[in-house]
Amino acid sequence: MVTERDPADRLALADQVLRLAERAGATEAEVMVTAGDSALTRFANSEIHQNVAETGTSLNLRFAIGKRIGVASSGRRDADGLRRLVETAAAIAGSVEELGDWSGLPTADAGHSGGQRAEARAAGTADATPEFRAEGARAVIAEADAKGVVAYGSFATTEETIVVANSRGIRSVEVRTNSQLLTVSMSPDGGTGYAEAVATDATTIDPAAIGREAADKARATDRATGLDPGDYPVVLEPYAVVDIMDMLGYVGFSALAVQEGRSFYERGKRIGSDLVTVVDDATDPAGLPMAFDYEGVAKRPITLVDAGACVDVVYDSQTAARDGVRSTGHGLPAPNPYGPFPLNMVMAPGSASREELIGGLARGLLVTRFHYTNVIHPKLAIITGMTRDGTFLVEDGQIVAPVRNLRFTQSYLDALAGVEAVGRERRTLRGFLGAVVVPSVRIASWTFTGATEH
Amino acid sequence: MRELTDRALDTAASLGATYADVRIVRRLEESIAVKSGRVEGVASGETEGLGVRVLVDGAWGFASSDQLTTAEADRIAGQAVRIARASATALRNRVQLDDRAPALGRYETPVLEDPFSIPLERKIGDLLAADTAAGSVKGVAFTESSYGAQREWKTFADSAGSFIEQVITHVGAGVETNAIEGNEHQRRSYPDAGGGWRAAGYEFIRGLELSGHAGPYAEEAVALLSAPQCPPGRRTIVLDPSQLYLQIHESCGHPTELDRVFGTEASYAGTSFLTTDKLEEGFRYGSDLVDIVADATTPGGMGTFGWDDEGVAAQAVPLVKNGIFVGYLSSRETAPRIGRLSGGAMRADGWNRIPLIRMTNINLLPKPGMSLDEIVADTDDGLYLSSNRSWSIDDRRLNFQFATEVAYEIKGGKKGRLLKNPTYTGITYDFWRSCDAVGDERSYVMLGTPNCGKGEPGQTGHVGHAVSGARFRDVQVGVGKW
Repeated sequence: MVTERDPADRLALADQVLRLAERAGATEAEVMVTAGDSALTRFANSEIHQNVAETGTSLNLRFAIGKRIGVASSGRRDADGLRRLVETAAAIAGSVEELGDWSGLPTADAGHSGGQRAEARAAGTADATPEFRAEGARAVIAEADAKGVVAYGSFATTEETIVVANSRGIRSVEVRTNSQLLTVSMSPDGGTGYAEAVATDATTIDPAAIGREAADKARATDRATGLDPGDYPVVLEPYAVVDIMDMLGYVGFSALAVQEGRSFYERGKRIGSDLVTVVDDATDPAGLPMAFDYEGVAKRPITLVDAGACVDVVYDSQTAARDGVRSTGHGLPAPNPYGPFPLNMVMAPGSASREELIGGLARGLLVTRFHYTNVIHPKLAIITGMTRDGTFLVEDGQIVAPVRNLRFTQSYLDALAGVEAVGRERRTLRGFLGAVVVPSVRIASWTFTGATEH
Repeated sequence: MRELTDRALDTAASLGATYADVRIVRRLEESIAVKSGRVEGVASGETEGLGVRVLVDGAWGFASSDQLTTAEADRIAGQAVRIARASATALRNRVQLDDRAPALGRYETPVLEDPFSIPLERKIGDLLAADTAAGSVKGVAFTESSYGAQREWKTFADSAGSFIEQVITHVGAGVETNAIEGNEHQRRSYPDAGGGWRAAGYEFIRGLELSGHAGPYAEEAVALLSAPQCPPGRRTIVLDPSQLYLQIHESCGHPTELDRVFGTEASYAGTSFLTTDKLEEGFRYGSDLVDIVADATTPGGMGTFGWDDEGVAAQAVPLVKNGIFVGYLSSRETAPRIGRLSGGAMRADGWNRIPLIRMTNINLLPKPGMSLDEIVADTDDGLYLSSNRSWSIDDRRLNFQFATEVAYEIKGGKKGRLLKNPTYTGITYDFWRSCDAVGDERSYVMLGTPNCGKGEPGQTGHVGHAVSGARFRDVQVGVGKW
């Protein structure tokens, strides 16, 4: 491998750019270096059809002249490339107006100083080979073959070094790994099923188990029948719950959304039942841990919802300065008009088994996952989307039949308010940008507004 | 570049590749973000690298790197071959490509004013002026204005002897106004949600006349706060180009991607209801008025190029003719499976991604007869829906639901009062079969999106859609509880 994987080399590169920026007149500067090797083996129709690998490094420079900010990025590390990077960022900073409320880059005391978090990197992922991923794909396919269904999916492994260094003393360095295996099984009799695993260490993922779960689900949904749309109580499996977390993080749990008046969030406002507690916690080893954000600020666990009540939102350095508080370590790479984002949402488990969750439905639906959801009304968190890969009618606490997929148009806030049971088992799954740890939940009512043909 | 492409191709061949292609891509990007009258972010990005794709034992492998050296070209070619051999351990059908002559040539997007040569101060000034015009309207909560430009220098070579160089330039800009009161959050966007985008130079941005249009759109955002809710019911709807283009994108563009039909996107975005038996049977996709073509030669479209990323020349491929489904977006691998040659729709998002079947310019052809205004005048009772706010469609592209920023009531052939929070839903082929009017050339305009997502790892595509507006009967509107 020719990549300079040594984090010290990446930090030296960041320091080199910082020096160039200071020489070019920056009053403050921040350099983010991301260097990684990622690979993904994709399979469809029970064979590998796409198989890719990428090696790359990128530099992102935030260059300040007083309160005027320019940002430039580049993949080049040669002397001419670094010079151009600095010149471009400086030229932008020289061309823009001042940001009146610019509070400066975060200072060293906000940065991560604890060294490499052991849980953030696993050699099993960093050293994953094409043969390892192919073996995983074959294990999934074998399970599909055994059930007479067809496997589709992907197995991805990534190792990434993140360095954030700025002129106010931040030197945050971390090597992170992550891996995701997902599969959709499709049966000749119309059934489909889904399963997914996300882990820091790819060798902890059991491809056969993932393949079996999806294949069994596909067979269980064979010959689904139509169901009239309407209001039904539901049990949502973790694959569906992750969407609720993602969407609420997107529309509401960001300090910028609150500052702009577009969030549902108010401190103390009840948005969920007593059973709903959600924390953004990048230190939780159940997720994909990360020590700091893309400004190099150490991540702090933030309670978003406690027993149904809104507690806090996440901040980056700019939104924190506006509210006179400290950044919580949730900044995204500059320039970032979207504001801070909770990347590591963790929902507290409950006490119910899967059987108890389903057993509590007199007549309702068990939903495996959602597909193509989108916001219709941000302040009310009204979302539309489809069910996919396993939707079942439940009567008297028993699954009685698979049903064709349904469209829903539902306020996710109303959904949280209607949570009446939470599962004790949780899954780590891929979210919008990070990893989410979620249980299954039972919700008193869910509004389905349409149906499709499969 | 020849040295690098030759080196990668030679190395791949020497290691056993029966086919190889290499792409070297340099991408330059610039973006400006203005929020509520202040410049929130100006950024410039540059990336370059090479990607090598090989066939070994009938299986695909791909590797990429941002280091443009002959040593790295060797390494990447070797890695791609190793990956292909790993793919071959789970292979059931050897890949077969269509047969075609090597492609040679050069293409460049016609640009009158180079967006990267226009002084940054002028671009910022233009955007600030528009944003300020929107923000000066009483009742506006915040405004967001954006500008973006992207240029790619692409070199493609393959083991059959192709060698192509292309320079593709895209620009876009827009102004979005937000009005908030209590739980109500309304938005109006000019020229449409996400901004207007073209394969062009800065002349396109000037032509948008952002600052002249921003104010009236802002006034409408504020007016929507007190507008009545769009009521539920079965209605006649007229979609203007700013919504119709996304309807085409989601319900015709994606389902006609032949890789989806063959299941290769099943684990992520899904498959398609337009299975190959429907091509053979002449499936009625829409009414007789519906003619849809995938045209990579349309001037100004973001799906316009000289050759796709497999070296197949740009062409116009009919997808729906007189309402009948007649064709797919295809590649050199998929087209032979339906007895055709590639339609030239393979596009990659940069050097580090493989080409996938992507939309080019998916155009709903105009119909002589009525302009969009005349369609409204011809409508006794209906809704005129404009500018997308939300989109969703199922994994086979059948059940869709869209929200638009605004609905205007149509009564007696005239656009009347505003209605807020409009939504409409349907089944793709029922919807297109209900189309009873398509606008003529007078309202035909090229739109598109720079944010079309597909693939694992994810790729973002720039695609075009030329549309003129259309009318649909008996459509369900006003979905959900509000």
